[in-house]
Amino acid sequence: MHSFGYRANALLTFGVTILALMCAMASFSDNFNSPSPTAEVQVLNINWFQKKPDGDDEVSFTLNITANLETLFTWNTKQVFVFLAAEYETPKNALNQVSLWDGIIPTKEHSKFWIHTTNKYRFIDQGSNLRGKDFNLTLHWHVMPKTGKMFADKIAMTGFRLPETYR
Amino acid sequence: MTRSDSTTSSSIIKAAGSLRLHYLPKPFFSRQKSSELVASPMDWQGQKLAEHLMQLPLVLFAVLAFITGYVLGSFQTMLLIYAAGVILTSLIMVPNWPFFNRHPLNWLDSSEAEKYPKPQPANLGMKKKTSKK
Repeated sequence: MHSFGYRANALLTFGVTILALMCAMASFSDNFNSPSPTAEVQVLNINWFQKKPDGDDEVSFTLNITANLETLFTWNTKQVFVFLAAEYETPKNALNQVSLWDGIIPTKEHSKFWIHTTNKYRFIDQGSNLRGKDFNLTLHWHVMPKTGKMFADKIAMTGFRLPETYR
Repeated sequence: MTRSDSTTSSSIIKAAGSLRLHYLPKPFFSRQKSSELVASPMDWQGQKLAEHLMQLPLVLFAVLAFITGYVLGSFQTMLLIYAAGVILTSLIMVPNWPFFNRHPLNWLDSSEAEKYPKPQPANLGMKKKTSKK
């Protein structure tokens, strides 16, 4: 501690180490949050359901997505990334997940929402397996922290079925 | 030191004399040049004090910042309180304040040192020759 430069360096190093510790504690505090989000999805309309020229099935929906994700937010939350995936089984794949819509929720105030939209991303199968197919619409979320560990979870909504014939 | 070069020894004494002035205790609020806050000497007690003056305030501010941020639910508040703590701590322990030199080291005058013989470096080659004989 004998010179100006030495003390300035010691202060900065110790200061940054303590900052790292504070960030670790802040991330750890997220474990004490027990979230209870809710969500509901309705398929309002099937806009079209066709087999594409290359042989793959494609379907377009109009969806109404309602959710309350307020309890996901903590003091250490930067934003919540949420997406809706259609999940179904085919002879070739045990699980197919196709993302239909996603969004970024920046604050707690925006986390209680409803949205009426067509699917943002195309629902295309690997093949021609969608006629009469039962599928889930699962809402996934990633709670992105300001510092530290990211938490991810989902709610699966079951009971959806595609028509037996193309429209 | 058997050289009788008067110019060299008088300049050394002058240098020693001017150095002595730095080790006189100064009152706390005397006028400081900014260069003195960067380069003037600091004693051992002062260094220990500087280290404690860094560790304790930083840890206290960190604890205060975390608790306040957590209770208010504001990450930004935590960072701002801690940043204020770092700046405050840097102001009290980084510059070379005079209170860091309250137990100054008294170096020996060169005129005193000249009265005593300097230790001679050990000559290993010479020793070997004498033992053979």
